[in-house]
Amino acid sequence: MARTNPRTSSFSRNLSSAPSSQSPGLKCGPNGTVVVSSGIPDLDKILGGGFPLGSLVMVMEDAEAPHHMLLLRNFMSQGLVHNQPLLYASPSKDPRGFLGTLPSPASSKDDKSRDREPEQEKGLRIAWQYKKYFGENQNNFDGNRDCSHQYCNDFDLRKPLERQFLSGQHVDCVSIQDSPNLDTIRDRCATFLNKLSRNDGSITSAGRIAIQSFCAPQCKYSNMEWDMLSFIRFLKSMIQSANAIAVLTFPPSLLSPSFSKRLQHMADTLLSVRAIPDEDKDMAKLLTGYQDMVGLLNVHKVARINTQVPLILEATTFSIKLQKHRFLVLECLNQAPVDGSSGTSYSKSSSCSGSSKTGTLDF
Amino acid sequence: MEQKGSSWDVVEQALGLGQMEEEGLPWALGVVLIEDRVETDASFLLHQLLKRSLSSNPSNTIIFLAFSHPFSHYDRILRKLGCNLVVHRENNRLVFLDMRLLQCPDGDEGKTRESGLVALYGKIRKTIHALPDDKKNFVIIMIDDVSLMEVAANGSLDHILDFLHYCHTLTAEFKCSLVMLNHEDIYSNMERPTFILDMEYLADVLIKAEPLVTGLATDVHGQLMVLTNKICHGQGSSRNKKHNFHFRVKENRVEYFYPGSRT
Repeated sequence: MARTNPRTSSFSRNLSSAPSSQSPGLKCGPNGTVVVSSGIPDLDKILGGGFPLGSLVMVMEDAEAPHHMLLLRNFMSQGLVHNQPLLYASPSKDPRGFLGTLPSPASSKDDKSRDREPEQEKGLRIAWQYKKYFGENQNNFDGNRDCSHQYCNDFDLRKPLERQFLSGQHVDCVSIQDSPNLDTIRDRCATFLNKLSRNDGSITSAGRIAIQSFCAPQCKYSNMEWDMLSFIRFLKSMIQSANAIAVLTFPPSLLSPSFSKRLQHMADTLLSVRAIPDEDKDMAKLLTGYQDMVGLLNVHKVARINTQVPLILEATTFSIKLQKHRFLVLECLNQAPVDGSSGTSYSKSSSCSGSSKTGTLDF
Repeated sequence: MEQKGSSWDVVEQALGLGQMEEEGLPWALGVVLIEDRVETDASFLLHQLLKRSLSSNPSNTIIFLAFSHPFSHYDRILRKLGCNLVVHRENNRLVFLDMRLLQCPDGDEGKTRESGLVALYGKIRKTIHALPDDKKNFVIIMIDDVSLMEVAANGSLDHILDFLHYCHTLTAEFKCSLVMLNHEDIYSNMERPTFILDMEYLADVLIKAEPLVTGLATDVHGQLMVLTNKICHGQGSSRNKKHNFHFRVKENRVEYFYPGSRT
């Protein structure tokens, strides 16, 4: 029972400095990093915990579909729920208006319907004489679940985020459409990150920077490639020495190939999203659950901070699905069997409604 | 460690490191260019060379120009490889120059150049001159990302090439080595990729890291191609060899093996 009494061994990790005890939005990641949640539980699991602080995440947009907004929304909402400072930059006229579209964390009632089923099943299978151990484990398990629940919420895409989260002083919005050069956003990022500089050991809060459609053609600086690159280089070096994380989306198809590659090399974590056509009969035959998919997510690069070992994922392509039209889930692609039943979720705990039904009837 | 024979040695052999060390000679690698891609990061080669050079010969001095990562990142990685960078930095065996905020926006003006790459070159030269005579030949200059250097110079490739050329003259003057990392795929779509071709022309050793054609696997992280095209000073014979390896990166070492030699 080493788990219940972690201090007995001299090799146990000193948990007193773990940031998770101080603030719910932070968690210890691998290699001495601290990770924050991406706002999508499945994506956190895929990336090994979440986005590490001090890293730059880039999302390559689909030029024809707004799927990157799904990732951005959840990322921003998660930060606001954890009361973390947020800087949002977008090429729209009124970036603050976008905050109204952020999703709200799902209420606990919704959660129960999602999570309770496998637990009940587990309860039935445990023999009675192990009940005393079971109680202990149950507590442990619940504690862990609560922690991770706090760390990463399920967001209900249909419900807008409550006003109380948006009214705080720590939300900053910038429009990058009209500024002739990148000085404004550079200054805003610098002032935002200066408040979060990493000078003492304890991390109390983490800032989030979300930049949408960075190289969009409506921005006036969009033909100044080197300026944009030097801004990103500046942002990256600022982020590395701050308790912050930046997510930046850009449309690669509108950029020259070498410029796009340069951006990709600068990213610590590189994702791309792609819409799938509605009526693609070949794809529908090939993949299960094709009807429920809204798009595909590709993981090209996972942040490698303080380590040289690459994280090789089992799969790099995931389907983006909207479960019950509310929750964003990522699933491994499954080749369709003959009957075409629904695929399993990447995370077992959040198995979707379709397959959980078959789970209870399992014999 | 049963795989020792097929570990780092094969790359060492390809670079001819072991022989130079046996004779107590400096690493006369000349210019080493490492090229990688988005899918395969080759920075582990820099870590390996860093570790190897600091631990093998106590005379070796490294000048490290860091454009992409802070010192703490390299310190943690090298610690896992069994090499403490902080101690080496204190002993002046590692000169770590954090270049992440270097900006030399317009290279054409004499004034700004003074504060930019020319000043950087001056610093490197001064560092080498400050070394005692018996250590001057044991200097290795490492640049961790040349493409970010281009960004720092706002795309004025001529100035980067000038800088690299000056560093190249240092390798001739002091017999020191220059190791630099760049990204191949940035240039692969250009009509005239003069910059990377010039760099390849400068290079005595070219190491290319590529993903496997079949995708990355957990036990093979990619493949390396090592091209040596220099005149080996020991034998006087011209070597123009090409080696292919597969590699697998671990926290404390990197395994290299010939394709197909793993079951």
